[in-house]
Amino acid sequence: MSVLVSGMRPMRIIVCIKQVPKAQELQVDPVTQTLKRVGVPSEINPPDANALEIALTLKDRHAAEVVVLSMGPTSFDESLERAIAMGADRSVLLTDRILGGSDTVPTAYALSETIQKIGGYDLILTGEETTDASTGHVGPGIAGHLALPQITYVSEVQIVDGTVRARRTAEDGTEWWQTKMPSLCTVNFGCNKPRSPTLTGKIRVKRGGVIAHWSCADVGIDPKKVGLFNSPTIVAKVDTIRLPPRAGRMFSGDARESVRALLDALIRDRVIVP
Amino acid sequence: MERFDAIVVGAGPAGSSAALTLARKGFSTLLVERGRSPGVKGMFGGRIYSWALHDLLPDWAKDCPVERFVVRENLAFLTEDASLAISYDSPKLGQGRASSFTALRAKFDAWLAKKAQEAGAMLVTGIRVDDLWREDGRVRGVLVAPKDRVGADLVVIAEGATSILTRAAGLKRDLEPREVSVGVKETIELPVETIQERFGLGEKEGAAFVFAGQASLGLRGGGFLYTNQSSISLGLVVSSEDLSRKKIEIQEVQNRFRLHPAVQRWIRGGKVVEYSAHLVPELGAGMMPRLWGEGVLVAGDAAGFLINNGYTFRGVDLAIASGVAAAEAAEAARAAGGMSAANLAGYEKFLRARNVLTDLERFRRAPLYMKNERLFDVYPRLLMEIAERLYTVDGSGKPRLADIILEEATSADVPKLKMLLDLLQGARSM
Amino acid sequence: MTDGHILEDKSHFHGVWVFLEGRAGQLRDVSTQLIGEGRRLADLRGTPLTGILPGHDVDALAREAIGYGLDRVIVVDDPILEIYRSRPFAEVMAQLIRRQKPEIVLFGASKNGRDLGGRLHAILETGLAADCVKFDIDPEGNLDMIRPSFGGKSLAHILCKKHRPQMASVRRNVFVAPPHNPDRRGEILHERVELSPKDVDATLLEFDEFTKDGGLRPEEADIVVSGGYGLGDPKNFQLLQALADRLGGAIAASRKAVDSGWVPKTLQVGQTGMTVRPKLYIAVGISGAVQHLAGMQESDKIVVINIDPKAPLFEIADYGIVGDLFEVVPELIRQLDALKGGEVGAQPTLPAEVR
Ligand SMILES: Cc1cc2nc3c(=O)[nH]c(=O)nc-3n(C[C@H](O)[C@H](O)[C@H](O)COP(=O)(O)OP(=O)(O)OC[C@H]3O[C@@H](n4cnc5c(N)ncnc54)[C@H](O)[C@@H]3O)c2cc1C
Ligand SMILES: Cc1cc2nc3c(=O)[nH]c(=O)nc-3n(C[C@H](O)[C@H](O)[C@H](O)COP(=O)(O)OP(=O)(O)OC[C@H]3O[C@@H](n4cnc5c(N)ncnc54)[C@H](O)[C@@H]3O)c2cc1C
Ligand SMILES: Nc1ncnc2c1ncn2[C@@H]1O[C@H](COP(=O)(O)O)[C@@H](O)[C@H]1O
Repeated sequence: MSVLVSGMRPMRIIVCIKQVPKAQELQVDPVTQTLKRVGVPSEINPPDANALEIALTLKDRHAAEVVVLSMGPTSFDESLERAIAMGADRSVLLTDRILGGSDTVPTAYALSETIQKIGGYDLILTGEETTDASTGHVGPGIAGHLALPQITYVSEVQIVDGTVRARRTAEDGTEWWQTKMPSLCTVNFGCNKPRSPTLTGKIRVKRGGVIAHWSCADVGIDPKKVGLFNSPTIVAKVDTIRLPPRAGRMFSGDARESVRALLDALIRDRVIVP
Repeated sequence: MERFDAIVVGAGPAGSSAALTLARKGFSTLLVERGRSPGVKGMFGGRIYSWALHDLLPDWAKDCPVERFVVRENLAFLTEDASLAISYDSPKLGQGRASSFTALRAKFDAWLAKKAQEAGAMLVTGIRVDDLWREDGRVRGVLVAPKDRVGADLVVIAEGATSILTRAAGLKRDLEPREVSVGVKETIELPVETIQERFGLGEKEGAAFVFAGQASLGLRGGGFLYTNQSSISLGLVVSSEDLSRKKIEIQEVQNRFRLHPAVQRWIRGGKVVEYSAHLVPELGAGMMPRLWGEGVLVAGDAAGFLINNGYTFRGVDLAIASGVAAAEAAEAARAAGGMSAANLAGYEKFLRARNVLTDLERFRRAPLYMKNERLFDVYPRLLMEIAERLYTVDGSGKPRLADIILEEATSADVPKLKMLLDLLQGARSM
Repeated sequence: MTDGHILEDKSHFHGVWVFLEGRAGQLRDVSTQLIGEGRRLADLRGTPLTGILPGHDVDALAREAIGYGLDRVIVVDDPILEIYRSRPFAEVMAQLIRRQKPEIVLFGASKNGRDLGGRLHAILETGLAADCVKFDIDPEGNLDMIRPSFGGKSLAHILCKKHRPQMASVRRNVFVAPPHNPDRRGEILHERVELSPKDVDATLLEFDEFTKDGGLRPEEADIVVSGGYGLGDPKNFQLLQALADRLGGAIAASRKAVDSGWVPKTLQVGQTGMTVRPKLYIAVGISGAVQHLAGMQESDKIVVINIDPKAPLFEIADYGIVGDLFEVVPELIRQLDALKGGEVGAQPTLPAEVR
């Protein structure tokens, strides 16, 4: 095992994860036209799990401490515990009622302050975007606040001679970037297969003491800069998308018959011309 | 590395009872269950004889998720379309040490595992133990793929009938088809009122049925039906040897069983909400695995502690009692200086004290008896034909009862002496 | 480092800006589409429309951009800005915005556009709405930024009432690029922003361009045949290509097929890929995750071929075939050939290797 940073301590990787409702199970309530969130099971935002896997792979390869950070209600403990069970060393939940309703500006600010409070970090990883907010702004926002180098949309991270090398998926191709540490990377969904929790990891969770709950006061976060009222954006309203009605005709059974029926229909609709 | 005094594999009735007792005795105890929560991987429901629970948790009835206390026992013989039933009603059935109750395993196992946690055991779910960690000829803990291990002085294997670890530990050989049966069970939902009305039961009262004969299409085995609060557990246990010989799937047998008029009248209008299939070891005490080794004990179904004589089906009570006995053996071994096989050999004594081995030995003949096809096929048919002639009044003149019996028995292809032997053997094994 | 712009000086902010991205001497399509929508918004607000173009030697590009409808372009020229880099680009944008106080700033929701916007909005502490598909001006004069939420199951109206500028990134291919007018006149202004070598905090070691096979692009095709993880193997995309060829269409893919390395990223349909609206979208072996729907649910006709009758994509299908794609697709090809050639039962020319 190689000790990388200043030859003294293992590097510290902070992974920002958010707990989200499972996207596939979200339905729009036909009456209220709002999203039904209650009773929907939660998960670690999928790209964040990929980010955690990158951190744990780096930990396997080099001496590293993996700290998982989240901001949200205490129900997020479930995901933090899962992260510990997967192999993260410890976790911090920034939890405070005054944070409620924060958009990406206060979120990035509050997470940055908490990262500084944790201190001693060499690499920060976030997911490319969340499945509930899907902005992808929080990662680069943290880098902006902390004035760190950022590499977004990465699928692979290597530590080479104390520098970070990351493979980024850009618009027109893949790029390999190199930066000094500390720096921040946002990680692509699906770039690896997050590992399962281990028995040892679950025992650590049961033994307790792996999640620290911090309030804004604990971190020194300015209450005037967070929460719904201090967020620049508001969601004024939400419209349900009314998609055009679809015929919804299903063919099954013999492939030849199904295909014939399909082609008949498509020709009748003038979508294809014989 | 994480370490415990004892690790119990499997949070079924055996495992949770062992973990609970170990924790009470001051062992730092880890209870590992592969299911998302205890009981979800197990069979859904059945009937539990309560005596072992009395011993483990004297005030168990306070919060135990009992569906119904069984106050009526029924034994029914089926032919293709008719049935003959014996019914035994007694309020005493539902009370005290001798009581039995129906339960849903998802609730019952979760409850018992919680008791183990309250006693101080650590429960970890969603992890399958892949192997025992063995070194220098003794068990040192458990292994989870790909490379996770947790150490312990003692591992109690309570993994149920699959007994993968028991075999891996060299405590048991692979079972042959004639040594296992296959169990299936369906949970059929019905409103509470319907159940109570249909079976003539009070609020917490329940009924149990055993079906013989055509229930299993004449294959060795039988059917069962238990009333839960708002559902019925309906299932079969059938010899896997017979199934493969007759090339018939257990699902098919169950489908036919479900459609039998004698079953239909009870489940009519219900909705099947759950189906599960499971192995049942038919070992009998004579074929049990070695129950202890260096740093390891085996309890519950994994040890073959199961009594199925065709009329009563006992597994959970023996599992609980054996779990407790395992913890007692561990305590004695600790006092004797460690978890060596020699020190753990006291397990047998504790099993006897709790009547686990004694009961098994007493019923040892049951599996043999069950191999007697006549009991499941010929005799039920015989009884039924007698009943038919007794109760059929068609103006043709009614023969005397004794004549009927004699006539039927002679035509049934079974020499009289043989029949007498069967009956005697049956009586002895019950 | 931060400086919030709140209510008091809201009135000091004027004008609509669009961030321009170039590549190989060309404007990206998302940038030309931005100019079109920016023009509409600037006219609604009665303010000029400005393009911002940080780069090196980009005056020709600036002139070209004006032709799409800009009033002026601000060019910041520096060798450091030759390629896109997060820190110097964010630094340039932050300084320009502080100096000139635009009311609205729009970015393309490209990888770089989001990379830049995310960093910048934190530095400026102002609102940024991601991936917008529609804009309006509300009665108070605020920009109503409309974006899909929850994978396109609903549309959220985002307002940034107190902070300026109001910033948004814009989804590619939802707005139509205006026609180019080479005679259009506009100003090109050169602004200076002090950059130092230490602003270059990351080095590009390697660039591996996605191969463009020159085939028909899915976003331009009338018929798209799209494959998912159900194809099981990259070589099976040849089967889809054979079908697309018969229909005069293009092939595309789900993200899982792309992430598996079976087809290039450029073919990915969905929330983090492209949006397509063909006359006919044929989804083969795609389950229908919300993120996939986001990129194709506005297709005129949707045909779904999936072995699992419970696949969610069937819910938005016009026609669905429940069946094994390895039976259905070859049969489809066969019958199409029969229709075209009139020779019933002709064997399709399938790639020899398929399955
Ligand atoms: C159809 C049928 C009907 C029955 N009806 C009755 C009845 O009415 N009354 C009665 O008393 N008995 C009945 N039994 C028998 C009874 O279910 C068993 O005897 C009893 O459950 C045995 O308990 P156990 O704790 O030994 O094993 P199980 O209940 O099988 O529990 C074993 C546990 O270990 C877990 N496990 C297994 N392997 C691993 C591993 N490697 N790592 C982690 N966890 C693991 C399993 O998920 C399970 O939770 C019935 C059985 C069948 C099949
Ligand atoms: C932040 C984020 C962004 C994302 N962005 C996108 C995006 O832009 N685009 C996108 O597509 N996804 C996106 N995803 C991923 C998305 O959630 C799904 O994982 C993905 O769309 C699944 O791809 P699939 O349908 O090909 O694979 P699967 O979900 O694995 O489905 C495969 C389907 O093939 C069927 N099948 C298998 N064999 C056969 C056969 N022989 N014949 C017929 N059918 C068969 C199966 O029944 C199944 O329905 C994103 C996810 C996240 C978290
Ligand atoms: N509340 C939060 N707590 C921790 N990390 C977050 C939180 N919100 C967003 N992130 C991180 O920022 C990334 C992008 O989120 P978003 O900008 O919301 O799409 C996520 O993938 C997370 O890694």
